[in-house]
Amino acid sequence: MVYIAALIRKYQGVNKNVKITDADVLHAAALARISLDGDELRKLSGELDAVLDYMDLLSEVDTSGVSPTHHPLPAVNAMRDDVARQSLDLEDAVRNAPRHKDGCVVVPKVIE
Amino acid sequence: MLETARRYRKRKESPVEETRRLLDAIKRDTLNSFITIDEQGALLSARSAEDLLDREDAGVLAGIPVAVKDNICTCGVRTTCASEILADFVPAYDATVVKKLKDQGAVILGKTNLDEFAMGSTTTTSCFGPTRNPWDPSRTPGGSSGGSAAAVAAMLCAGALGSDTGGSIRMPASFCGITGLKPTYGSVSRYGLVAFASSLDQIGPMAATARDAAVLFDAIKGHDPLDSTSALHDYAPTDLEGIDLRGVRIGVPEDFFGPGLNPEVESAVLSGIAELADMGAQVVDIRLPHVRYGVAVYYIVATAEASSNLARYDGVRYGMRAGESGGLRNMYLQTRSKGFGAEVKRRIMLGTYALSAGYYDAYYRKASQVRTLIADDFRAAFSLCDIIAGPTTPVTAFGLDEMVDDPLSIYLLDIYTIPANLAGLPALSIPCGFDSRGLPVGMQLMAPHFREDLLLGAGIAFQDRTGHHKVRP
Repeated sequence: MVYIAALIRKYQGVNKNVKITDADVLHAAALARISLDGDELRKLSGELDAVLDYMDLLSEVDTSGVSPTHHPLPAVNAMRDDVARQSLDLEDAVRNAPRHKDGCVVVPKVIE
Repeated sequence: MLETARRYRKRKESPVEETRRLLDAIKRDTLNSFITIDEQGALLSARSAEDLLDREDAGVLAGIPVAVKDNICTCGVRTTCASEILADFVPAYDATVVKKLKDQGAVILGKTNLDEFAMGSTTTTSCFGPTRNPWDPSRTPGGSSGGSAAAVAAMLCAGALGSDTGGSIRMPASFCGITGLKPTYGSVSRYGLVAFASSLDQIGPMAATARDAAVLFDAIKGHDPLDSTSALHDYAPTDLEGIDLRGVRIGVPEDFFGPGLNPEVESAVLSGIAELADMGAQVVDIRLPHVRYGVAVYYIVATAEASSNLARYDGVRYGMRAGESGGLRNMYLQTRSKGFGAEVKRRIMLGTYALSAGYYDAYYRKASQVRTLIADDFRAAFSLCDIIAGPTTPVTAFGLDEMVDDPLSIYLLDIYTIPANLAGLPALSIPCGFDSRGLPVGMQLMAPHFREDLLLGAGIAFQDRTGHHKVRP
């Protein structure tokens, strides 16, 4: 792993201006529907900060006028003919639901 | 694999005997390469393969025992992604690749271990415990398809399927001394592959030789109407004789050599390239100036896509459910917090942050633009050469006790493999030598889109001249 450490030193961003705060981490956690306890928050904040610091490497690239790539091959929407075909049986489709009844997935009450 | 097919035809062994032998070996396996063994299904397929072999028209794969990474759906056999959240998930359908293998008579022995949701390079984040490297059980087999790589190297199966989002086939192939192909984006159906990062994920073959990898690739490639990202490309069968390397231009990017690359890995890879030159290939210097940004681009793009793909694990339709009594929102929170492991959470958080209001342009958009520049680098390079050669990984397999608690160090292991995923290119890892500890070193070959024939052809020709791939742990 000593070689990897050398790589990090080579690439580590110099401008430490992007910092992720505990509040940012908690906000992202709320968006992602993940709850963090105090220890997890502290650990994650530090790790994400280090990773984001590394991402700063990208700021040295001039991307003005460069269009983003979201898909590696030129592809267009793949449409199929609108015809009915065999699909999963209802029982098979809901079998993996943690709770199901009469072919329906059961969840806690949504509207109080 | 081809060797097993030959033995069947000479009646030296039957699929049922071979399947029984391997099932026994897998049960005794101390590497933890498998999560689930499908003994019943395997023996059933082996018996039908015997009938198939009695007829003359049996394909090469008839009765061939293979393993499938546990993020690829198998009808009736649990598919866990090595995650607590899917530990009891039993798919109601086969992935297209699995269906294709079964249709051709292959015997699926079971499901192999991986990093949770294929997020990792060490096969240590599995909720079923780490897989060990058959060359040295105190070391990692690499990841995320570490179970498939270890199983092939330990000869627990004739070949295996893996998936590769940033190197997850090639990296463990390199660490375990086997051959692994990450095919062109869209060339192999992903219907039934549990999604991680949809603009990068690709299923591919892992085997002891390039010839076997070619047979498996031919068996699974091709358009699939069930996968909307599946490419409409008309592939010819791979020529198993290999290609004549005379006049083939091998581009060697200086960007893949230098600080961070273990000198023993460098020397083995350079000797592999020298071997290709001895076979008549013309070695040319090329530059890929933007690949140094690959890891940064990847960990923004892949985590952003993962944060969206993994939103589906909410305890409603499948997987585990927790915190039900506290209402719907609490159920989401508890299910995801208890069900996902630390690395998966870290990546979901990173991706969510990179996509969140105020940061989207600085991270996701910027990364997607640099991704374009990386793809452009390859386009330019492939006007000067036919194949690009370099190391698969910067190091050889390291000890499980050497693992540092630093995500970035682990992320950088994929520095040479990530660019092919970002550009959607096919890339092959083949054994090219050993380090001073006797651990295998992998050489990576990359080609333009849909030119797996060049990679596999060069790999076959290389292996016909060298013996690195024949050395077993």
